[in-house]
Parts: sequence; structure tokens; C-alpha cells
Amino acid sequence: MTNLKPSSEPSVADSAELLAETSAEAGRKPRAGWRMLLPTMTPWLAVGLGLIAAITLFGLIGPLFVGDPRTIRDMGLTPPSADFWLGTTQTGQDVLAQLAYATRGSLQIGVIVGLLATALSAFFGIYGAYRGRVVDEAFSLFTNVFLVIPGLPLVIVISGFVPAESRGLWTIAIVLAVTSWAGSARVLRAQTLSVRNRDYVAASQVSGERPWRVIVVEILPNLLPVIASQFVFAVIAAILGEAGLSFIGLGASNSSTLGTMLFYAQNGFALSLGAWWWFVPPGLIIALFGMGLSLVNFSIDEIINPKLKNLRLHRKRARRAARLERELAQAAPQVPSQQTKETAR
Amino acid sequence: MTADQRQAVLTVEDLTVVYETEAPVTAVKHADLVLHKGEILGLAGESGCGKTTLAYAVNRLHRPPARIATGRITFHGDDGDTDILALDDTRLRAFRWERLSMVFQGAMNALNPVTTVRAQLKDTLLAHRPRMSRKEIRERSEDVLTRVGVDPRRLGSYPHELSGGMRQRVMIAMAMLLEPQIMIMDEPTTALDVVVQRDILREIVRLRDELDFAVIFITHDLPLLLEISDRIAVMLDGEIVELETADRLYRDAQHPYTRKLLGSFPSLSGARGAFIRTGVDETAETAPALEEERA
Amino acid sequence: MTSVKVTDLVKDYTLRSGLKHTRLRAVDHVSLELAPGRTVALVGESGSGKSTIAKILTRMERPTSGTVDVRLDDGTPVAGAHYRREVQMVFQDPFASLNPFHSIEHHIARPLKIHGRTRTRDETHARVLDMLERVNLGPAEHIASRRPHELSGGQRQRVAIARALAPGAQVLIADEPVSMLDVSIRLGVLNLLGRLQREDRLAVLYITHDLATARHFSDEIVVLYRGRVVERGPSDAVILDPHHAYTKLLALAAPDPERPGRVTSEAPVDREPIDNGTCYDHFAGEWREAGVPAAEAEAAVPAD
Repeated sequence: MTNLKPSSEPSVADSAELLAETSAEAGRKPRAGWRMLLPTMTPWLAVGLGLIAAITLFGLIGPLFVGDPRTIRDMGLTPPSADFWLGTTQTGQDVLAQLAYATRGSLQIGVIVGLLATALSAFFGIYGAYRGRVVDEAFSLFTNVFLVIPGLPLVIVISGFVPAESRGLWTIAIVLAVTSWAGSARVLRAQTLSVRNRDYVAASQVSGERPWRVIVVEILPNLLPVIASQFVFAVIAAILGEAGLSFIGLGASNSSTLGTMLFYAQNGFALSLGAWWWFVPPGLIIALFGMGLSLVNFSIDEIINPKLKNLRLHRKRARRAARLERELAQAAPQVPSQQTKETAR
Repeated sequence: MTADQRQAVLTVEDLTVVYETEAPVTAVKHADLVLHKGEILGLAGESGCGKTTLAYAVNRLHRPPARIATGRITFHGDDGDTDILALDDTRLRAFRWERLSMVFQGAMNALNPVTTVRAQLKDTLLAHRPRMSRKEIRERSEDVLTRVGVDPRRLGSYPHELSGGMRQRVMIAMAMLLEPQIMIMDEPTTALDVVVQRDILREIVRLRDELDFAVIFITHDLPLLLEISDRIAVMLDGEIVELETADRLYRDAQHPYTRKLLGSFPSLSGARGAFIRTGVDETAETAPALEEERA
Repeated sequence: MTSVKVTDLVKDYTLRSGLKHTRLRAVDHVSLELAPGRTVALVGESGSGKSTIAKILTRMERPTSGTVDVRLDDGTPVAGAHYRREVQMVFQDPFASLNPFHSIEHHIARPLKIHGRTRTRDETHARVLDMLERVNLGPAEHIASRRPHELSGGQRQRVAIARALAPGAQVLIADEPVSMLDVSIRLGVLNLLGRLQREDRLAVLYITHDLATARHFSDEIVVLYRGRVVERGPSDAVILDPHHAYTKLLALAAPDPERPGRVTSEAPVDREPIDNGTCYDHFAGEWREAGVPAAEAEAAVPAD
């Protein structure tokens, strides 16, 4: 009982976009929707993932292999050597050991803030937009209020109020998360409003799907790339924000992060003493980690906006078509025809 | 006046267009077409049959990865013939719109939303006729709008102040601004309501009678083509499978695909279609039933 | 068997621009009836309120006033969660009505599970394959594992029909079900709907702007103009013998190869037909005020 009439199916696509889609699909047949959400492997994505993996690995297992970062030795400010690969600080502490622990601390903060901020923005952005009317208005207002609160000054004020001894990792994480979710929530709200109006959402409502299931099963998967991109961005922002706070001495008191390292390097006059091995490594790790996350984010952008991906495929094909056209022109230089009449005049 | 007595304005010979993808796709296969002066040539086919690609290639608007693999396109102007495929970029730009203009699919959304109709008409005119005076521009703009049935007072309007049908008329006005000899219309009325669509079709036919330009009218709506065009080309999978005068195509279609397309449109005023709702399986071929009914 | 009686339906939208509130009446005192085994075509152009009626019937919108009364054969009113089981909809755009993220199986399995039509996983899967075969999609096993973008427009619309029927719906609202499809597969999809309707004795509301298919596919035509019913009656009567100026205009505007050359010969008609608030009712054979319930349409039901 088949009714697959090949003749009536569109066999030749009119637009190049459609072609890009179909031919990309022809090779491999993705069965699950999840596959569609994975970015295509490009050199940039590989570099980004490599950087993130290397730094994360260093933060995770580095501390197991280095000594106690707090051990004070009688050999301040020695340049890198065989014993101390990254030299020592003013008080003779091992910079490599400090770096390993600080990377772990910064990653911790980054991931915690990333998760908290994403959860907050997802709740206020998606739920509000889905419910609409009063809930949406209220959530929107709330989001806008948080959006216009100047982030860094508030963070400084809050951190300043909390006494240093109770200013733990979680306090800083929550402060950073609360001040950074609003922008993402607005983006998610806009995206949800557009997805919510698609027919397939209406269709699932008509078929009797419960609201939470419509959100989680029908809407959320289509927002995942956006959420992933926002998570990545939130992690970068949190690591930088925490480094900034620690640098001005308002960071978490019970943990060491890349920011606290820079704070002590600054206080120890590392810059004026030319002790580059003290401040360059933490700075470099922050920069490279941020770069890695950004590169991943570019690839996620291609999933959010498939036009970007088509653009890339398109350029490749356009080059080939142009080359073939040139070759064709060379093979048959000039077709003699009567159209030269016009040019002759 | 039959088509044969008329002078040709455009000849397409053996045109092949290929999309250079991983697996190259031939979108137009060895198409031959002659367009006569003042003729409305219908190009019918379904999505993906290559009709839009063909229209774009005629105007060399096709973009890579599409490329013209074989063929020749010749424009027969009042001042001699032009090989469109041999034009360099500057002369191609002058050729387009001046001799051959297009009304695109969904063109009514192609108007710039932040400038007035007047400014957009002026821009087009100045791009091709830089020496035109202000007065001439105003007169010409008012003239084309009046011709397509839009009140010239609408010149100061922004696109969003106009209805869909009105915007489509403005697009047609823009296409005839430079008095081209050929206009290619790609589904110009698909997004419009039937009553508005009717008005615009009437306008197109009337303008053709007045100004004697040739029209290539692309659509999937065969009954519509049967009413307005002189000849109709039916495309299937990149090939022109049938090219015949509208009347003969309707009365005596040769290709099975043409018959299938004709059978896909139940007649409004004809006998009530026996092929529907009488227990015939929906997978069955519908054309024979329709033929019986006509006989 | 389920029938629907829509009485005096009104839907107002409030448009806000700055401080000004304007009221837009999208649906103006519309009454109609859907009976098992019958198709009613709702004909009108964009903005005539036909999609709003579909939304109200599927409970995506609440009417400003008026009632929608859905009853089973034995007279029990259908309410609450049962409503969604009885009244289902086929959307216009098959490219938008299926979630690109999920497989075809998901789309048909969900309504089955929600309405408790199947219990176990195997039972659901078997039923999904059944449904796909009923709408002539095969090989079913192969189609079920596909995702929407791998299917053609016609196939997707068949999936959408299967989804609508999955809960065991007896009332089907088809909102322009073929207008986005290629012409050569339109009749196939319409005939499929026709067959399913005969098999299940469905009550169908066929919403369209295409007079020709409305005439051939439905028993009764209701013409909407600016939210009001301007003409109603058996489909042949409405199309071949239109009374209201607007219906005449519509019939004239539809392309018809039987009458070639009309475009050039006919004079432009007045595009603003006088809307005097009346409706021609072919069942009663007289003009009435728009909004007054139609004569009992059941009289026209073919006995079978």
C-alpha cells in the first residue's frame, strides 16, 4: 500500500539552500534529532575544543601532581627552572602549583555561575513567554529591572557588604549569576515567542499535550543551541567577572582563582620587578579559555542560524562552479554567432 | 495575429543549468524556447521543476553554484541582436531592467520599508538614466503608477501603508519603468487573494496590449495560465515536456504529465467531478476520469 | 459519531496602538453545524475570519460570545479533556506543523499515549504503523523513523492527517490542507481525506479559499466575508447559482479554463461588494439577516 510517487516528489531543488540541505543529508541519515544539534567539525571548532579540554584537564588533574601551593620557601622570585617550571613568587611559592589550583577555582566559579545564570534565564525567558499575558508582562518587567542594574558596581557593593570571612565561593557565584542572567532571558523570551507561534506547537496543544510537556519536549529542543551558546557565554563572563573581583580584592576568601593570583602578583610588584612568570601564565589561561569558548560559540551560531553554515558550503561550491565555467570558456573560446552585429556597430 | 507571424524577441537554445553541489544536479536540461513580441508565454511546473532557475538564467541572475553548462540566449532588440551570455558586467547591468525586467516571487515584500515609493522609483530611474530631470522623473513615476492602477498620490506612501495587491502593482510599475521589451514574472500573484489576483492579471494583460512587451509568466497554477497566456510551456524535472498554444494544450495535451496537471484542477463550473468522493482510491490516476467527463 | 453545533459565534480582538483601543470583530454571529459523514466548506479570503473559527473550534481561542456544542450520538456533551480527543485539526503548512526535532513516530505516538489509546510501547508502535498505512504512507516502518524534513510536502501532510486522527477524532477541522502543496498531489490528499471521512463517518470542516475544490469536496458551502456568513447552501447551488454579490465576485475571479479569454473581455467589477448584513440561505431559499441560524441542514444529508 505504498503511495510514494517518485515523479511527483521535488527531484531538483530550485534554490541552492535547499540543495545544500538535501545533499548534506544524503550522505548520512541522522535518526535522532540530537544529531542535528551537534555542530559541524571545522578547524576552528577543533582548536576551541582542544583549548577547553587542555585547560579543563589541567584544572582537574593538575592539582594532583603539584605540591602544596602555599608552601613558603626561602627563594623569592626565581625565574622558571627545572625544579620550579614556572618559577616562584615573592614568598617562594611554586607558581605552577598555584596555577593548577587557581585554574580549578576559576573553572568551578565559571561552571557554577554558568549553570545558575542559564537556569534563571531559561525560567524567566521561556516560561514567561510561553504563558504569555500577565505572567509574561511581570517576568518581562522583572527581567528589564535586572537588565538595567549596572552589574559590576552592584557586585562590588554586595561583595563589599558581605564580611570577608563569610564571602565564600558560593556567595560570589550567586552574586555573579544574579547580575548576569537578564540579557540571556530577553533573548530566550524573543526566541520562545517565535517558536511558540509555530504550527507544531499549536498542533501539540490541540492534541492535548500538557503545558510543561509542550515547553520541555516541543519548544526546548529548538532552543537548545541558543541556550548552549548562552551557557558558554555565561561561563566566559563569570570567569572574567570573578577575576575582576578578585583582582580588586573582593573575591572569595576561601578559594584561590586566577584572579587572586593576579591580585597577589600585582601586590607583589611582579610587573615592576619584571617577574613575568608570575602574571603571564594566569593571564594567558584566562585569555585562552575565553578564546576556546568563543570558538565553540561560533560553531554553535551555525546551528542557530543555518544560513551561516550554508554560506560556508556555498562559498566552496561557488568556487567550483566558477572554475568549471572558466574551463568551459577556455575549451570553447568563442562561439561564432550573428550577435557580433551589435558589437560591430 | 498568430505567434508565427510575430517577430521573436528572445531565443533560448539548448540551455542547460547545473548546480555544482557534491552530486551535481541538472536543474534545466537542454531547454529551447522562442518568445515573440507582445506574447504572454506561460511557464508551468511544480516546485523544483527548474522553472525559476530557467527564468533566472535567462537574465543571468543565477548565482553560483548554479552555472550555465550549455546553450545560447539571444535577445532580438530593435537595434540588433545581443548574446546575453557574452555580455560583460557593465553592459549586462545596462541590459537588465532596461530591456528585460523581472517581478520576483513575493516581490511585494521586496520594497524597501524605510523609503517612499517615490524615492524607490527615482532610484531605479536615475541608476539607468542619470541625466533625467526632476520633472521627467516625476512625470514618468506618475505615469507608470497610473498605468498599473495605483493613484499617483500614493507616491509619498511607505510600503507598509499599501495593501499587498497595491505593493505588487508598485513592483510591476517598477519593472515597466524603463519600458523593457520583456518582463519575466515569477509567481507574481501567488500570495494574493483571488479577487486581487484577478485585478492584477487583468492589468498585466491590458498593459501588454497597450505597450506590446512580451511576458514570461511563471506559475504552478495551470488554469490561470490557460486563461491569460498565448502559449504555455510545461516543465518537468528541468525539461520542457510540452510547448503549445493555450487552447491546444487544454483541448489536446500530448504529454501525460500535462494531462496529469490539467486533471489536478477540478473545474469550477463544469460537471461535478466524478473522480472525487465516489470511492475511487486516492492513489489512482485522475486524468482519465477527467477526460471521460469532458467527452 | 459526533456532531458540532456552533451558535452565534462572535470573536472580537482588541488592537492597541498607544493609548487608543480599537475593537476588531473577526467573527460576527456565525452559526454552523457539522454532522457525521458530512463536509462543510468554509470559503473566504484572508481576513474573512475563517482561521479564527478554526481556532475557536479547536479551543486555541475563546469566543467573545456564542457557543460551541459538541455532542456524541447519544446526546452526551463532550467536554474537558475529551474535547481534544473528539475535535482535531489539520494545519495549512505541513512544513511548519511538524516539529523538525522529532521523528514521525513521535508525532503520531504522542496523541495515542495522551488519550490512552495504547498502553505499552509495542502496542503504540504497532498502532503508529497502522495509522501511517491508513494514510497511504509506506513502507511504514521506514517512514516512522524519518524526520519531517526528509519527507516531501504531500507526505508530511499525510503524517499531519494521521496525527489528527490518532486520538480517534470524529470531528476534523482542515484549515487549507492542500494550499501549500504541489498541484499534482493536492487531489490525492483531498481524496485521502474523503476516504477517511467515509470510513470513519467523520464530520469535516474544510476551510479554503479555493471554490473549485470546495465545490467538489464538500456537501455544503458557507461563504464568509468580513467575519459574516453571506451565503450558505448545498455546494453546487452556491457555486453555480450564487446570490450574494461577494460570492458572485469570488466565482468570477476563480480561474476557469472552461471560459477562456475572460480576463481581457470582462469589465472590472466593483471590488467592494455592498455588505448589507444579509445572507442568502439556499436551504431556505430566501434572504435572511446574517447571524440567524441556518435552516436545519440535516434535511440535505444523503440517506445511507
